Amino acid sequence: MTNPERSGASLNLRGVHTHIGPYHILHGVDLDVAPSQVTLLLGRNGAGKTTTLRTIMGLWRASAGEVVFDDTDLSHLQTSDIARKKIGYVPETMGIFSDLTVAENMTLGARSAARTNAIDPARLDWIFSLFPMLKTFWLHPAGLLSGGQKQMLAVARALIEPARLLIIDEPSKGLAPAMVEKMIEAFLRVKETRCTLLLVEQNFHFARQLGDHVAVMDNGRIVHRGDMSTLIEDAELQQRLLGLSLDAHQ
Amino acid sequence: MPINSEPFSSDTARPLALARPPLDWRPIALVVAIAVIGLPLVHSPSTWLTLTVAGLAMGMIIFTAASGLTLIFGLMDVLNFGHGVFISLGAFVGFTVFGALSHFSQSPRLDLNLTAIAVAVLVATFAAALVGLIFERIIIRPVYGEHLKQILITTGGLIIGEELIKAIWGPEQHSFQIPPALSGAFIWGDAAIEKYRILAVVIGLLIYAALWLALTRTKIGLLVRAGVEDRDMVASLGYRIDRLFIGVFVVGSALAGAGGVLWGLYQEVITPGLGARLNVLIFIVIIIGGLGSVGGSFVGAVLVGLVANYAGFLAPKVALFSNILLMLLILMWRPRGLYPVAKR
Repeated sequence: MTNPERSGASLNLRGVHTHIGPYHILHGVDLDVAPSQVTLLLGRNGAGKTTTLRTIMGLWRASAGEVVFDDTDLSHLQTSDIARKKIGYVPETMGIFSDLTVAENMTLGARSAARTNAIDPARLDWIFSLFPMLKTFWLHPAGLLSGGQKQMLAVARALIEPARLLIIDEPSKGLAPAMVEKMIEAFLRVKETRCTLLLVEQNFHFARQLGDHVAVMDNGRIVHRGDMSTLIEDAELQQRLLGLSLDAHQ
Repeated sequence: MPINSEPFSSDTARPLALARPPLDWRPIALVVAIAVIGLPLVHSPSTWLTLTVAGLAMGMIIFTAASGLTLIFGLMDVLNFGHGVFISLGAFVGFTVFGALSHFSQSPRLDLNLTAIAVAVLVATFAAALVGLIFERIIIRPVYGEHLKQILITTGGLIIGEELIKAIWGPEQHSFQIPPALSGAFIWGDAAIEKYRILAVVIGLLIYAALWLALTRTKIGLLVRAGVEDRDMVASLGYRIDRLFIGVFVVGSALAGAGGVLWGLYQEVITPGLGARLNVLIFIVIIIGGLGSVGGSFVGAVLVGLVANYAGFLAPKVALFSNILLMLLILMWRPRGLYPVAKR
């Protein structure tokens, strides 16, 4: 099966502040996402994880600081131009176009394809090998898929165009345990392609199986950076940073 | 090639399931029901036929003008109260073209008359598109995402546009006559069916078919439909949503210009305020249809056309608010319109 990614690129946030209306959400975020590695962004609800991802994508503008991807400052670019730097993004809401079919959603993901037939067949075969259900429901309206199937479609759509960085907000959110396992398998295969991954995740079972590095957010700041293995082994650190232990989330 | 055909390579099996959800027929059944209920109320089948064709023609023209606005609202989330100015502009440009092509527009030959209408519609469409482009750049662009400001500034744009039309064409009303070969009516039994209304129905259907094909068979159409659902996601996939906005606004304005010519000929009299008056019906149509839904606008426009004509005949005093009542009843049945767009 084709291995379509080229090496992932690094992402560095330096002193990023984000305001949403009158609210100051990010208070100087410093984050390094290593190339071709998986970085997990953890933290309690409201810590600023989703805002960080949306700021990277330019969906909310950084009011100060730099977002550097592969030596390019993204903070002044439009969202579409950021995506064209080969950055795939799956929001927390999945961003599925419910009125369109699975095929049409995938065609939109494949920017270079003028129509479905023009999608690179080798790439599509690789996607189908990750998520076989997409082939089954190819002409189904995406709105009729289950939550897990929608999540798979959202990830597949982000992968159909070769990506150097994949940003995914809570890929396991609301999924049944069996579906979580399938998603982990798929991400492990994506990881083999050396694509850089930045994931926000609340499911620690999911996080520990994929993560190389971890950053923990609280109150709009990064309060811990390190290897996932260190966090996994240190129950006290887990309790202090996340308010719970990973063992409780197996 | 359909945009959603199957792209499977030779070593990949075809999908197992190809089902699509069934079309929601209830709004279409409502149109038929209203037409059927109209028959015993009107008593005379010939009068009913005349009213029904008039209603369909009115609906098609309103749809032509409204289809662009529903996409503008659906995709750009812009409340454009200035849409009427493109309708008025289209009507006046069409009127001028008719004057310039008087050998065609006043000829008794059908082919020359149709040519005059086609040229008038094309020139009006182009003029409205050009003004729409300027309108979007100068008036709409600074107020994206701010509904209150949009209402105020687009209403201001409508007033300024009307005043400019008065400055160019004068404030008085103008007679915009249907060409000779298209005036008068086909007599079928006791029913008189005006020839121009048949033409209006045909043009409206052609525009709907063209829009449907563009939205379902092209990638740009796919982007518009996706953008109506979730603009941020379209941008996150790497597409320049601002360019899509401009394109949709220009096409919407152009369609309003075309609708202006058709509406002017339907009314046979044009004034600078023609577009502003039609605007009320257009907003009713896009709300009834479901904001952002072209198919919903089509069904909504036919409903509005039929109800306006039946009510105008049966109870002229309630005709004025018959479509408001229709909108109220439909929103009680379906609060998001007949064919709501997902996520809106």
